[in-house]
Amino acid sequence: MPPSSLRGNAIALGLLGVAVLLAFGLGRFPVGPAELARLVWAGLTGQPSGLSPQIEAVIWNIRGPRVVAAVLCGAALAVAGTAFQGLFRNPLVSPDILGASSGAALGAVVGIYFSLGLFAIQLAAFTGGLVAVGAVYAIGSTIRRGDPVLALVLTGVVVGSLLGAGIGLVKYWADPYNQLPAMTFWLLGSLAGTARPDLVPLLGPVLLGTAVLVALRWRMNVMSLPEEEARALGLDTGPLRIAIVAAATLVTAASVAAAGIIGWVGLVVPHLARFLVGPDFGKLLPTAALLGAGYLLIIDTLARTAAPVETPLGILTAVIGTPFFIWLLASARGGWS
Amino acid sequence: MSLSAADLAYGYPERRIGRDIGLDLKAGEVLALLGPNGGGKTTLLKTLLGLLPPHGGTLTLDGRPLAALSVNQRARALGYVPQAHAGTFAFTVFLVVLMGRTAHGGLLAAPSSHDREVARAMLERLGIAKLAQRPYTQISGGERQLVLIARALAQEPAYVILDEPTASLDFGNQGKVMSQIRQLAAEGLGVLFTTHDPNQALAHADRVMLLREGEAIATGAAAAMLTPERLAELYGVAIETVQGTDGRVAFLPG
Repeated sequence: MPPSSLRGNAIALGLLGVAVLLAFGLGRFPVGPAELARLVWAGLTGQPSGLSPQIEAVIWNIRGPRVVAAVLCGAALAVAGTAFQGLFRNPLVSPDILGASSGAALGAVVGIYFSLGLFAIQLAAFTGGLVAVGAVYAIGSTIRRGDPVLALVLTGVVVGSLLGAGIGLVKYWADPYNQLPAMTFWLLGSLAGTARPDLVPLLGPVLLGTAVLVALRWRMNVMSLPEEEARALGLDTGPLRIAIVAAATLVTAASVAAAGIIGWVGLVVPHLARFLVGPDFGKLLPTAALLGAGYLLIIDTLARTAAPVETPLGILTAVIGTPFFIWLLASARGGWS
Repeated sequence: MSLSAADLAYGYPERRIGRDIGLDLKAGEVLALLGPNGGGKTTLLKTLLGLLPPHGGTLTLDGRPLAALSVNQRARALGYVPQAHAGTFAFTVFLVVLMGRTAHGGLLAAPSSHDREVARAMLERLGIAKLAQRPYTQISGGERQLVLIARALAQEPAYVILDEPTASLDFGNQGKVMSQIRQLAAEGLGVLFTTHDPNQALAHADRVMLLREGEAIATGAAAAMLTPERLAELYGVAIETVQGTDGRVAFLPG
């Protein structure tokens, strides 16, 4: 079947719809589609919904914010992964290739180590991600040999492992009874405890970064050609690369700050999206965002309901992502779709 | 109107490849850059395209210094046909050709309906319209070369620069590409292509530059330049000449 954007978006949207219904319908306080519809209607008209205050509180203050956060983080990671895979002309690249996740992680564990508040920890994570990618970009640009894209990726790998050493050191220093569990939990990724005020610092950067990428969608196609060809076709590749890296890093850092480190989503989802609609970024970005949102929401619902205690998101995405990726490697023939 | 180089020294930032290049590509003519592998042909092309900064000398496009033009202005004047490669993502052939229109749109613009028309017309022109919806990663090397030519023509350039356009092609496709090159010159474009086949240069180029180890050992009309003596000097082997009854010649190595 040839990729068609209409069918692809229908599938992605359907998945997201199912994911939302499951997310509300499962858990200690199940909220069915009818109750959900009544609540939305009540919200629109200002009429009382007739639901118990307890259920309303669950939806507005606990389940709802968590669902929105999962949708935003999933979409953000998928969009960033799509952008980075195109920019680095490599379908095995994930959003943390330039150190966004390790930088954010270091920021967060330092925040936890100094017993900062939740918001300050998120801010430290967000800043850490941006600073790490900025440093990688600055160092990578000074390397004048060979392909600038390769120089950037290799710098990212090296700086990432240095940041990893930093994370290890802070964990080693940390109080093993109070701080270490919090750090470990954060490093494995979780949306437990997401409240409504957490959504604002997530929504702003994700919308801004995604808007930039959508605006540059045609140029991103050309940027996925070899550097010299893109320039011969009229692209000023240097500034464009900075804009794309900045936008993708912004959405990644916001997502990591809100939910901790969730691997694999940004790597796997772009492949699924390309499989559905093909590699044209104008079509790919919206489909990847929808798929990523639905995918992470299903994972988060699993994380919350599969076991008596919450399972970290990063564990689940790895358990599902690894076999999928091995299958992808084994079945890829004659280039990536 | 010409793409001109004088006393040009060129190479990569840390390594000089060649120097003393004088070259003048005029509208409506075909210039072949002939030389052995590793002689600096591709590097010279990239310099002429403005993709590598010159190490010295002057380089002008229609009288204006090439370095003074924006990347975008250069792309609307100079079409580049690189050696065909498989590509990373499975863009359709149509989309690859459409990418040739990038320099004609704004920073945030997607291709217009006019851009799509131009892309379609170029596919028609090269006889590959039936490939339009095929993934670029899954067509043959010869088809890819034609697609890249269509993409360069979609730039609507005044000059087309091709890097070994027939290197990976079978006999039939070589003929197709070469007749396209003549056709472009007939329509008033300046065409520069590299090759390591003297017969191809003799048959299809108006003028030839012989390039060895980064230096132009001779430049002039194809028929005058391509003699057994010069080719022996260029390639470092003895050259045998085969002559047809109509006076046309072909060269054989050894």
